[in-house]
Amino acid sequence: MSYSEHTRGIYQQQLNDIHEAGLFKQERFIHSPQAADIEVEFPSGADLKKVINVCANNYLGLSSHPEVVKAAHEGLDTRGYGMSSVRFICGTQDIHRELEKVVTDFLGTEDTILFPSCMDANAGVFEAILNKDDIMISDRLVHASIVDGMRLCNAEHDTYKHGDMEHLEKKLQQFQDKRLRVIINDGVYSMDGDTAKLDEVVRLAEAYDALVFVDDSHASGFIGKTGLGTHEKCGVVGKMDIITTTFGKALGGASGGCVSGRKEIVEMCRQRARPYLFSNAMAPVIISGVLKAFEILKRSTELRDKLEENAHYWRRGLTEAGFILKKGDTPIVPVMLFNAKLSQDFSRDLYGEGIYAIGFFFPVVAKGQARIRTQLSAGHEKHHLDKALEAFIKIGKKYQILGKSEEEIIAMYGL
Amino acid sequence: MDDVKDVILKYVIEEYGDEDHVITNETPLISGGLVDSFSMVSLKRFLEVKYKISIPDEDASPEAFDSVNKIADLVKRFIS
Repeated sequence: MSYSEHTRGIYQQQLNDIHEAGLFKQERFIHSPQAADIEVEFPSGADLKKVINVCANNYLGLSSHPEVVKAAHEGLDTRGYGMSSVRFICGTQDIHRELEKVVTDFLGTEDTILFPSCMDANAGVFEAILNKDDIMISDRLVHASIVDGMRLCNAEHDTYKHGDMEHLEKKLQQFQDKRLRVIINDGVYSMDGDTAKLDEVVRLAEAYDALVFVDDSHASGFIGKTGLGTHEKCGVVGKMDIITTTFGKALGGASGGCVSGRKEIVEMCRQRARPYLFSNAMAPVIISGVLKAFEILKRSTELRDKLEENAHYWRRGLTEAGFILKKGDTPIVPVMLFNAKLSQDFSRDLYGEGIYAIGFFFPVVAKGQARIRTQLSAGHEKHHLDKALEAFIKIGKKYQILGKSEEEIIAMYGL
Repeated sequence: MDDVKDVILKYVIEEYGDEDHVITNETPLISGGLVDSFSMVSLKRFLEVKYKISIPDEDASPEAFDSVNKIADLVKRFIS
């Protein structure tokens, strides 16, 4: 047997180490469609519990929207279940190209190419368009998928301090000898909920002849007045060279992603991006659902407006209760607890109160920056938010952190 | 050769320091989560330009770059 006891022991030890470090991730089984109200089996084998979900990326509440579900059914009926091919062999249907055009129009770019996920888009784009004579300069808090994509590319890479435009400018000056410079940002930073200063980034890019890349996965569909994304919020629609985004969050929440931007760059991805060339085309059922999601967004801004109202209401409620929040104006609202164990205890107690929210700590966030990350949805009604606020306040009182400063909480619980 | 440490410490503080993190010669940079591996590349580039040396990739390990003291030891090996 090739999988010997020795081999098994190596993995068992590694898993034990993960357990002992308190980093073991356990899935909670949801027995209902994704929504504000869900039924959860946790721990495995436990009775189902009805809880309010405040940790999904279901920003617009489209994950189980009846029109999206109906469109997906129709897609299944008219275009079948799977493509059994990559795009360039025999995996491209009319609706793949239709979605690419819809995304291009929506984001205000020149062209778009679909990927099986935004993780794949980020994994493929840099290698496809850059070489060793180029430099990638990324914000230090960009998403892990971008980090992986940069690792796969042989261009040189450097980082700039999160959101620090002076530092970015220094780096751009330092790398003027390179063939191409790419400034790489998230639109909305998923752990902190703050947004990139894309207007300032564009100004520097124009001054120092650099391309601008933004991953707008936590923005597409709801950030900006009409929900185009961070570039709309910052007034730079049409000036993004590369946008990557996902359909797995606000835009229906299933899966799939894309690279959208300058037509030559998109064409280079079509020719060279390995996750595009060597992975199956997106399933027709998902394409059909995403097309419907965009149709809903074009019809009105009702959902993104409701999401914005919910986020303001939630932020105000937590602030008035005396919690420390990360500053920002997005539907990602991190409740700061600083201590890792406290974040886990808090999350567990919230679950006991019927509220599903997860605690994050190092290495997912910086040491001493543990938090409960809450995410709002247009699917939340006021009664959901009021019940969740009530639970947060109850648990906050239990741990005596309401109205306390960061220093006071750290003094009580340590880092 | 102590000025090597001073130069490196100054660079590291400018690049990675903020009000939340006081960096000293002993501060664990990579294992402590202050410096990621990408930024290590720019640090290596800075040292090579500053001291006119070439540090082979196999010597530029995360362990060798984990504190100002360790980086200074590494640099001194290549300064003739």
